[in-house]
Amino acid sequence: MKTFEYITPETIDEALELLGEGAQILAGGTDLLGEMKRGLATPKRLINLKGIQGLADIRSIPDGFLTIGSLATLSHLAEHPLVAQHYPLLIEALQRTASPQIRNIATVGGNLCQRPRCWYYRHSAFPCIRKHGEGCFAMGGQDRYHAIFGGHRCFIVHPSDLAPALMALDAEVRIAHADDSRIVPLTDFFVGPRDSLTQENILTRQEILTAIRIPVPPDNAYGTYLKVSERKATDFALASVAVSIAWLDTQVTHARVVLGGVAPVPWRVKQVEEMLIGDELSGKRIERACERAVDDATPLRHNRYKVALVKGLLRKALHAAHRSREKGEK
Amino acid sequence: MNRYGLKEKIELRINHATHHIEVDVRDTLLDALRDQLGLTGTKRGCDMGECGACTVLMDGKPINSCMLLAVDVMGRNIMTIEGLAQDELHPIQQAFVENGAVQCGFCTPGMILTAKAFLDHCSNPTDDDVRQAISGNLCRCTGYRKIVEAILDAASRLRRGKRHV
Ligand SMILES: Cc1cc2nc3c(=O)[nH]c(=O)nc-3n(C[C@H](O)[C@H](O)[C@H](O)COP(=O)(O)OP(=O)(O)OC[C@H]3O[C@@H](n4cnc5c(N)ncnc54)[C@H](O)[C@@H]3O)c2cc1C
Ligand code: FES
Ligand code: FES
Repeated sequence: MKTFEYITPETIDEALELLGEGAQILAGGTDLLGEMKRGLATPKRLINLKGIQGLADIRSIPDGFLTIGSLATLSHLAEHPLVAQHYPLLIEALQRTASPQIRNIATVGGNLCQRPRCWYYRHSAFPCIRKHGEGCFAMGGQDRYHAIFGGHRCFIVHPSDLAPALMALDAEVRIAHADDSRIVPLTDFFVGPRDSLTQENILTRQEILTAIRIPVPPDNAYGTYLKVSERKATDFALASVAVSIAWLDTQVTHARVVLGGVAPVPWRVKQVEEMLIGDELSGKRIERACERAVDDATPLRHNRYKVALVKGLLRKALHAAHRSREKGEK
Repeated sequence: MNRYGLKEKIELRINHATHHIEVDVRDTLLDALRDQLGLTGTKRGCDMGECGACTVLMDGKPINSCMLLAVDVMGRNIMTIEGLAQDELHPIQQAFVENGAVQCGFCTPGMILTAKAFLDHCSNPTDDDVRQAISGNLCRCTGYRKIVEAILDAASRLRRGKRHV
């Protein structure tokens, strides 16, 4: 590991001032330290955010949003009473993220900003395009954990479990910059390989993700997060699905469907959301939705199984949603 | 605002004692424990956050000591396996011994500390609760069955212990 200067600022403004060429933000460090140990990240300056007061707070604010400071740990979030009350889908995602030990250190902001887990990217022997190298070694190589949607010259999948869950809850992120701060819908936060081959989100080197805001879900909403991985714990998703559905009587009035582990960004399937709204959630409709979700899948040589996984997970999630509504009716 | 360069003198609180050591800013807590303080009960398995062999308690919670910089844990209370037994073995350690939950022993310190943090909050767990709790600790020998039994046994020992005091 290359050496670095380690600084713990006390305010966001101080932190912003320290940013720049060669500087990198340290949150929990569970991703960044791994990258530094492998020589993938070589910061000259580490800006440790843990000295900034209030950045780990989780608050409900009067306008109906839950605001999660970017430095809140995953376990802190999972234990928060407001999360249990309003966002069970988020708890399911948190419980399936990494391990208890990692969740005690890893932060929500860091989870959204974590780098890809593609084994070629993570291995120092492969100078891949995401490391400013030549090409994508997964193309024609070992591609079974790679993308079936949205690949383009690079076929990473976004590794976060929280991202699809938060996206299904219409979350927004607050981004601080020395001149101003802005709020961006999480759906606009991630960047696919068509827009950048070297970064996975819109943050510039001069910016810090400071908070995540989630609105209160609509009335009668049901949400679930389902994930398949090779090992049950401490393993990334082969595929996952976050679903949030709301009804008026039997009619679906609100639908969010976001896939994880199958595309370079959390993959929102709007065409499925649109076909679910305005009708009942019948078995037939669920089948059509599952087909529709994988319409534009372009699997690689060894990851066609992910198409079946997505369909199976979505089917299970939508049937669970349907059952929950029927139960609510009784 | 604190700035640190190459080598730094830091203060660590480990097993209720305060230690002043000099670390390289790149050292993880695991490096400091093993190489500076000689507390080799904390094991280095993967060094990447995957195996849990390096588990220690930070302010009572299990964490991977390979995934935190030593300079980053100043002011926190760290407990390693060396800090667990008082005059005699801790009931969890005793339960591991008596239930045959130790084979090569490499995962054991991490397993026991994870179990300690878990049983501090959950006095009457189910088999499933225990499996969830230790899901970040890899064991390549036992198949987990005896470890789960030992932790359930430890829970009942601790419950009995409490009733007597
Ligand atoms: C063994 C293992 C298993 C895992 N399994 C899973 C899993 O199943 N599901 C899953 O979702 N994740 C998994 N992870 C990833 C883990 O969740 C992330 O490493 C963690 O959430 C990152 O958070 P952190 O606070 O440690 O980030 P750090 O490592 O501190 O930072 C990660 C990156 O984000 C940047 N960054 C961090 N915070 C900010 C901010 N506020 N503003 C701007 N940039 C920022 C950093 O500069 C760095 O590049 C696993 C990790 C390990 C080691
Ligand atoms: S050595 Fe830290 S988790 Fe394996
Ligand atoms: S006893 Fe050998 S790894 Fe668990």
